[in-house]
Amino acid sequence: MPPASSFAQQPRFVRLGETGRPVVTILVDGTAVPAFVGDTLLVAVLTHFGKLRRSEFGGTARAGFCLMAACQDCWVWTETGERLRACDTPVKAGLAILTEQPDASWPTRA
Amino acid sequence: MADPRVIIIGAGPAGVRAAETLVDAGLRPIVVDEDARDGGQIYRRQPEGFTRPQSALYGSETARAQALHTTFDRLKGRIDYRRRHLAWNIANGHVHLVSDGAASAVPYDALIIAAGATDRLMPVKGWDYAGTYSLGAAQIALKAQAASIGRRVVFMGTGPLLQLVASQYVQAGAEVVALLDTTPFLTQVKALPRLIARPAVLLRGMKLVAGLKLSGIAIHRGVTPLEIHGDAETGVSGVSVRLDSGEIRRFDCDAIGLGYHLRPETQLADLARCDFEFDAKSRQFWPTLDIDGRSRINGVYLAGDGARTQGADGAEISGRLAAFAALADLSLRVPEQRVSALRIAAKRMERFREGIAAAFPWPDFLAKAIPDETIVCRCEGITARELRGVALEKTAHELNRAKAFSRVGMGRCQGRYCGHAAAEIISAAVGAPLETIGRLRGQAPVKPLSISTRSVLT
Amino acid sequence: MSEVTRTDVIVIGGGIMGAATAFFLRKRGIAVALIERGLIGQQASGTNFGNVRRQGRYLKQLPLANRSREIWGRLQELLGEDVEFLPSGHLRLAYNDEMTAKIEDYTGQARHYGLDLEIISGNALRDRFPFVGPEVRAGSYSPHDGHANPRLAAPAFGRAAKRIGAAVFENTEIVVVEKAGDEFRVEAADGRLLYAPQLLISAGAWGNRLSTQFGEPVPLTAHGPQMAVTEPLPYAILPVIGVASGIPHEVVYLRQVKRGNIVFGGGGRGPASADTSRANVLPENTLSQFTQISRLVPALNRLNIIRVWSGVESYLPDDIPIMGPSAKVAGLHYAFGFCGHGFQLGPGVGDVMAELIATGKTETPIEPFAISRFRNTKDVALPS
Repeated sequence: MPPASSFAQQPRFVRLGETGRPVVTILVDGTAVPAFVGDTLLVAVLTHFGKLRRSEFGGTARAGFCLMAACQDCWVWTETGERLRACDTPVKAGLAILTEQPDASWPTRA
Repeated sequence: MADPRVIIIGAGPAGVRAAETLVDAGLRPIVVDEDARDGGQIYRRQPEGFTRPQSALYGSETARAQALHTTFDRLKGRIDYRRRHLAWNIANGHVHLVSDGAASAVPYDALIIAAGATDRLMPVKGWDYAGTYSLGAAQIALKAQAASIGRRVVFMGTGPLLQLVASQYVQAGAEVVALLDTTPFLTQVKALPRLIARPAVLLRGMKLVAGLKLSGIAIHRGVTPLEIHGDAETGVSGVSVRLDSGEIRRFDCDAIGLGYHLRPETQLADLARCDFEFDAKSRQFWPTLDIDGRSRINGVYLAGDGARTQGADGAEISGRLAAFAALADLSLRVPEQRVSALRIAAKRMERFREGIAAAFPWPDFLAKAIPDETIVCRCEGITARELRGVALEKTAHELNRAKAFSRVGMGRCQGRYCGHAAAEIISAAVGAPLETIGRLRGQAPVKPLSISTRSVLT
Repeated sequence: MSEVTRTDVIVIGGGIMGAATAFFLRKRGIAVALIERGLIGQQASGTNFGNVRRQGRYLKQLPLANRSREIWGRLQELLGEDVEFLPSGHLRLAYNDEMTAKIEDYTGQARHYGLDLEIISGNALRDRFPFVGPEVRAGSYSPHDGHANPRLAAPAFGRAAKRIGAAVFENTEIVVVEKAGDEFRVEAADGRLLYAPQLLISAGAWGNRLSTQFGEPVPLTAHGPQMAVTEPLPYAILPVIGVASGIPHEVVYLRQVKRGNIVFGGGGRGPASADTSRANVLPENTLSQFTQISRLVPALNRLNIIRVWSGVESYLPDDIPIMGPSAKVAGLHYAFGFCGHGFQLGPGVGDVMAELIATGKTETPIEPFAISRFRNTKDVALPS
């Protein structure tokens, strides 16, 4: 599997304002990424990268769809194996997420 | 009797006005919302720390939005407000809630479901590429996060939201490439008389379009969406449509806001065992309701866009009516004149809704031409070919049967974004009337539920 | 003018039992009409867990289960369709000494029926199946058991039966069924009349309504499986997993499909009605299952379920199905009431019933399932 960082590096969302908020740092695929307090996880990721996850069927990059917790297309994995819905998860310091599916070792990882 | 227990699911315009009505009558309803703040979608509040004035968020609806938020803030001390609680199931006179992994079952004497709506989608080839969003999503990105969904955005579909979101993006300084409406200009003109039911709204809509024209973005009506271009890694790169002239044109973009008006969120109504009926004009099934929002199940009421997609103003009226109906059914006094006035207003809202449906019709005609390789079910990656295959080769003419064989509607979103289109595709493929295809039955949980959820005694 | 069908066998009830029987009758060159009030495989056959296991069965059922397993192995070839049968093994797990003794005892007895099971102790189990939780003390492994897709299997049998000449009538309610002289006469709601010298009642939770009409009522009750499914995960859990507990809420089971979703169920039955054809998953059962499956595979704790479902299954008080010839009426046969464990047996039941109907006897012992065992039952419950 190619390293996540080599794909979809172009930011997707464009901030149109509200950049005076306090900064909070999260980890995305191991990379420290600055976000603002009040960002959703989805916006925090997509203002730096182009994707949140891949479709399990076909592997197409996905970046959310409805932004209102209806489509369920924005679920991401945390580094410790939890599931978060990115569009309605507010960012907080220390959040560490992965944009690639874990492999078949997922049931035995800590 | 002891104070009747009323639960309201949804703190958008319908739920808030229902809560207000009940509080005014001396009750203390439980108000449940999955989100952290009240307002629903249309009056979604920006997070703490944002500085934009409300007028930047709500435009012509600012006064109404403010009134709603003020009302709710005032109500908070007099209701049992369960924010960030998901109603994941309804069974045996109880609403089943979960919040932060803690599950509880709350009994009710009356239940008002004001679960809102989502965009209604018709698939187009390539809509599964990253960068395709619903129109609602494009609006939420702007309203709630001060962000544009992309550097160069195309808006495509139909409905009042199409024009509104495009206009909001232009005003906010985002780059909008084009507005592509599937409804021909003539169809919209013909429906104008029906929209006279709400002249102020009609006028606002017309001003909006005029403003958009002035902004210089390309506006096309009567288009046929052909394909969203892109690739599996970097997402959307453009969209091609057939213009009403017959010419095929491509618009380069990195984001698309796509939507065809709204569809009600009906899963909770399903779990509450409400009856549904087919509406031929809007080509969908919706819950059977009386003018006040009573379902066929005693004690269960529906209000807002989750009942009929009338928009925020209609939601406020139907929220009040549902609450009055609940009070009346609990043998409590209701102000008859007020209810009568609300019913008159509700009828006007319903006429307007029908006008909108006629002015911006759901493009069922696109279903039969959707290329075989188009993904219909985004969650499961099921193509039109696979869906048509089970309909034709396995005689799966009914939607739940087609789901069982093809997996369309089996994914995380449980058919929210593929259900209506799948029914149209099957109808077109087998030549059977849409009504006979049926609708996807809602099942619990209403949204994905974590296996770490544990019961707590409340 | 009503349509009239004259055939060799009428099968009432298009679940996996009826559809498989129709198929195997056709394989024997016998004319058959299969009548289903809804769509083939819509009820219990389409909503069950999908277990294709012999391990853990009531021992006297193993000959039938073995015969069925042999057919599962060549089902794709037989039916020309993939029903996603995966012989990926079955693990029956134990939390304590009592359960361990139970699986050891079963292993010893099952061997006499040709079912070879392997007892694995806790740590060795975790070496081989690293996802198994720390509470698990031991397990018995049945390498050739597995699972399949219940939504696909019965309909595939129905289509295959039709392809080889069965007359299949879906969306067809029966209004009258009776024996008139040497033949059975069935009248459908649309006016169609069917006549045959032999009749099979494979109508699941509705079977006892029909058996009662022939003077053979049985105390059948309807209950619903309590099923749930997760979002898709990378495929990592191969065997189907069950628990050898005597405590009902602990008896959960799970399986991962190749697409990655994990299906689970058990821990108790839910309400179902043959009158309304409705069945429900009780929310408290779902929550209880969460706790129990997390004991088996702790990693599941972090996942989400996306859907629950149930269906109308039929049960007899002794947990044994009704299968075999009528004790009262010549030419009448039964195959219903499979107590939530019929899916694996389906192909075998079809093959055995076809053999029985065609030749008058079967090699596979089915006497324990005879309807006559209820002949003296005083309190036969009314259809529920």
